[in-house]
Amino acid sequence: MEIRSKSADRNLLLELCGELDHHGARSALRELEMALDAALPRKLVLDLENITFMDSSGIALILRAQQRMQLLDGSLLVRNIPPQARRVLDAAGVSRLVTIK
Amino acid sequence: MKTKAVNEVTLEFPSQSRNESFARSAAACFAAQMDPTLNELEDIKTAVSEAVTNAIVHAYPDSIGKVRLKIRACPGNVLELIIKDHGRGIPDVDKARQPMYTTGGQERSGMGFTIMESFMDKVLVRSTVGRGTTVILKKKLASRVQASK
Repeated sequence: MEIRSKSADRNLLLELCGELDHHGARSALRELEMALDAALPRKLVLDLENITFMDSSGIALILRAQQRMQLLDGSLLVRNIPPQARRVLDAAGVSRLVTIK
Repeated sequence: MKTKAVNEVTLEFPSQSRNESFARSAAACFAAQMDPTLNELEDIKTAVSEAVTNAIVHAYPDSIGKVRLKIRACPGNVLELIIKDHGRGIPDVDKARQPMYTTGGQERSGMGFTIMESFMDKVLVRSTVGRGTTVILKKKLASRVQASK
């Protein structure tokens, strides 16, 4: 699990790569919190294009990101979701709670 | 009554989170002989990942215990996955199965059982406090040959 971060003008882009399971999500959550604390963004984009597997641990990460962005009075967009991860999000009804593109 | 398996394999591993990936990959490798579709393979990996993660996070919260994964190919192209631990058990299984319910804190979403139920045909949970939990997942696979007919 690797996260590539790009920040400009209070827009933060996090590109998640690898397997987003419980094992990977632990470090990903820490990195997410640190990146948010450093950038204090108005807009956060989570790009999942390079996620090769995701389970409900990914849902916890996305919901945490959403919660943090609400506290910052900002917005979250989750984009480029691979089919397997999309089915996990749909099964959990996350698309009703989070903006997905 | 237990169905006689056409083929089966049993794996046992310590409840370390690095084994989540191993367990779901092993289940997918075994299921490959049943000629599943790509979506079915992904469903299997996801459901196994949820069940094994539950054992790792909840059964042994402060220690490393054993997790057993039995993978069975049953007649009628039914895949059966049995995930067993000897951990602390679940006091209220019905509550644990409810969406968004978790005792795992911010790291967990409480959607594990919901996803298992969504991706498998049947999810059975047996648990005794202090003795452990067994989760049985069943899925009938439409083999690709049949699916294309």
